[in-house]
Amino acid sequence: MIKQNAIPTIIHQVKGFQWPNIGQLLGAAALPIVGIVVFLGLWSLMAKNIDTSLGQFPGPAAVWEQTTTLVDEHNAQMDKADKFYERQEIRNAARVAKDPSYQPKIRAFTGAPTFFQQIWTSLYTVMVGFIVASLIAIPLGIVCGLSKNAYTAINPLIQLFKPVSPLAWLPLVTMVVSAVYVSSDPMFSKSFITSAVTVALCCLWPTLINTAVGVSSIDKDLLNVSKVLRLNALSHVTTIVLPSSIPAIFTGLRLSLGIGWMVLIAAEMLAQNPGLGKFVWDEFQNGSSESLARIMVAVLTIGLIGFILDRVMLVIQRKVSWDKNAVLR
Amino acid sequence: MANNKLMNTLKHAVKTLRVGMVSAVITSAFISANVSAEEIGYAEKEELKFGFIKLTDMAPLAVAYEKGFFEEEGLYVTLEAQANWKVLLDRVIDGQLDGAHMLAGQPLGATIGYGTKADIITAFSMDLNGNAITVSNDIWAQMKKHVPHEGGKPVHPIKADALKPVVDDYKSKGKPFKMGMVFPVSTHNYELRYWLAAGGIHPGYYAPHKGDTSGQISAEALLSVTPPPQMPATMEAGTIYGYCVGEPWNQQAVFKGIGVPVVTDYEIWKDNPEKVFGVSKTWAEKNPNTHIRVVKAMIRAAMWLDENNNANRPEAVKILAKSQYVGADYEVIANSMTGTFEYEKGDKRDVPDFNVFFRYNATYPFYSDAIWYLTQMRRWGQISEPKSDSWYKDIAKQVYRPDIYAQAAKSLIAEGKAKASEFPEFASETGFKSPQKHFIDNIVYDGSQPNAYLDKFAIGLKNDSKL
Repeated sequence: MIKQNAIPTIIHQVKGFQWPNIGQLLGAAALPIVGIVVFLGLWSLMAKNIDTSLGQFPGPAAVWEQTTTLVDEHNAQMDKADKFYERQEIRNAARVAKDPSYQPKIRAFTGAPTFFQQIWTSLYTVMVGFIVASLIAIPLGIVCGLSKNAYTAINPLIQLFKPVSPLAWLPLVTMVVSAVYVSSDPMFSKSFITSAVTVALCCLWPTLINTAVGVSSIDKDLLNVSKVLRLNALSHVTTIVLPSSIPAIFTGLRLSLGIGWMVLIAAEMLAQNPGLGKFVWDEFQNGSSESLARIMVAVLTIGLIGFILDRVMLVIQRKVSWDKNAVLR
Repeated sequence: MANNKLMNTLKHAVKTLRVGMVSAVITSAFISANVSAEEIGYAEKEELKFGFIKLTDMAPLAVAYEKGFFEEEGLYVTLEAQANWKVLLDRVIDGQLDGAHMLAGQPLGATIGYGTKADIITAFSMDLNGNAITVSNDIWAQMKKHVPHEGGKPVHPIKADALKPVVDDYKSKGKPFKMGMVFPVSTHNYELRYWLAAGGIHPGYYAPHKGDTSGQISAEALLSVTPPPQMPATMEAGTIYGYCVGEPWNQQAVFKGIGVPVVTDYEIWKDNPEKVFGVSKTWAEKNPNTHIRVVKAMIRAAMWLDENNNANRPEAVKILAKSQYVGADYEVIANSMTGTFEYEKGDKRDVPDFNVFFRYNATYPFYSDAIWYLTQMRRWGQISEPKSDSWYKDIAKQVYRPDIYAQAAKSLIAEGKAKASEFPEFASETGFKSPQKHFIDNIVYDGSQPNAYLDKFAIGLKNDSKL
């Protein structure tokens, strides 16, 4: 669809030789670069003038250096993991030779997680929390949108819980998870469940509210069509309600995912659960001269990932939206 | 695979040969029979998770991991930094951690029910010394006038007598004099209290039977809890004027230029026991072989740390400087780990025994060490009732387990990884050190007479006194 739109535009431009349009194109590419360059300049200028007790505030160069260090550390740790497995096999073989009834077992590497493994942990956690929240919020939102009574009943609760900071939930979630989630061989670690549930609790609201609003403001004509065709409840939802409220639902989902990502980092910091938040906290605690630069790497990574998540949602929205001409940003 | 098998057979042969040689050297048939009796079964639990706090004295854990001593015992250990001492203890109690680097007072405090009540035991003492008391630049400037000088440099050890006028000044202005320590039953709390009280500054009493666990009753200096890594930042923020903490957080204050370490715990009590490796009693009963193997690995790590006159320390510092362990800069950690200590900026002095991990039987769990902590808990009211001398001994014997240590050590001796001369004489060791003299106030400590010891202090609860 995008391609079909794009080809005529280009042909049109070539034919008409319209300079302003090319200028606009250049601008679209150049302006962000200008913005970034100015930002980098200001940043390194500011960094030179901020002295902390951990040394100078890191500028772009220091941050880049730490980025490469983190990559090196990751590779070194992977090498260590390989050797760990090699040693383990030798040891297992030795034990089997001595005690043939022994069932050798390969244990996971016991080294500390690297920066990139922490990123993966965080991403995985936020996605699980977000999906759980969406599975609850979208159906609930549809119910609220369809039925005025349901909405009136649930609305006070939404208004009450929506403004609650995730960090207020955290102690409760932690205690409840450790009390309820008891198993001798757990599939997920408790810290993962705690983080995911906290994320889910905060991801619920924007999706819920936006879905309800989207569903309740469906075009009257469409509703009448549904009535005329005498659609049953299920086909009414799948053919009329869902397609027409997709834009609103996605606005909610994108807000939710953004909030979920922010909440997760804070929750990991506070609860010392594995992930990027813990990485930041650990570095702060270490108080080495490189700590600030490493935290800065994490900050930029967090921002970048948040941005990518949002773009991914946008792509999905484009894919599922029936109105391909709507301006999405 | 065939290659592996060949290697293993070869290794096995070499090992048999070695054991054979050892038993040949030890000619007595009785001893070699004894040696084979010491063989320890496989670990019951092979995947273990140990907690630690970011302090240089966690080194035996990091070294046992990095040097492969845990793996050689068939243990797959994960080391995990904990947020603070309370979290660490709670996680050992509820089983999330199999064991942890603990303050010597923690197993004792837990066993007698001060704080969370739980049975925690220890069979391995992790180090001697390693702490210091630091004051902020501002306090140091006021204190320095009262410190005797020689050749332009302060005479060490600096006593709290020099701090007394400063505290009195705060008192007369109606301002509270606040200091930080790391945990109510921490070595640091008792050391800081000992030092303050020796200089005539009352650090305050606890009264748990009245629900008062602030430890500030009749205090002239108000002590409060701050996790070790946050100490420098808290002092920089002006919330506390000084603190007692382990390394590298005193040297960090020097490097950051925010404070001056005034006295090390080596000077308050020479060769004081500091951290222990604690596990819950139920865990130890369920996993006896695992426990012995853990202690074996840690004894080897401690030996490595002190080997050839601290020759391995620079390498140990490099390990500790990794961000998953202590994570502070190499220079900061090296300052105290390699036998020196920097007081005022530029005033670097030799303190070869600032961190002791193995020599002087540092790893052996002495009953008398446990009893010293109990006397201090009594002195400051954490134990609110008078107790008999035999009570102190009973608690020490419940918590400190030299029997497990001895099994581990004998197994190492049998394997040829350690020499019998490096350990106490296990058959005759009573667990009580002979009366110790080297305290900053010259009071002699005899572990066999805790109540008589308590009577010697000018400040603090006596044998029969009650709040």
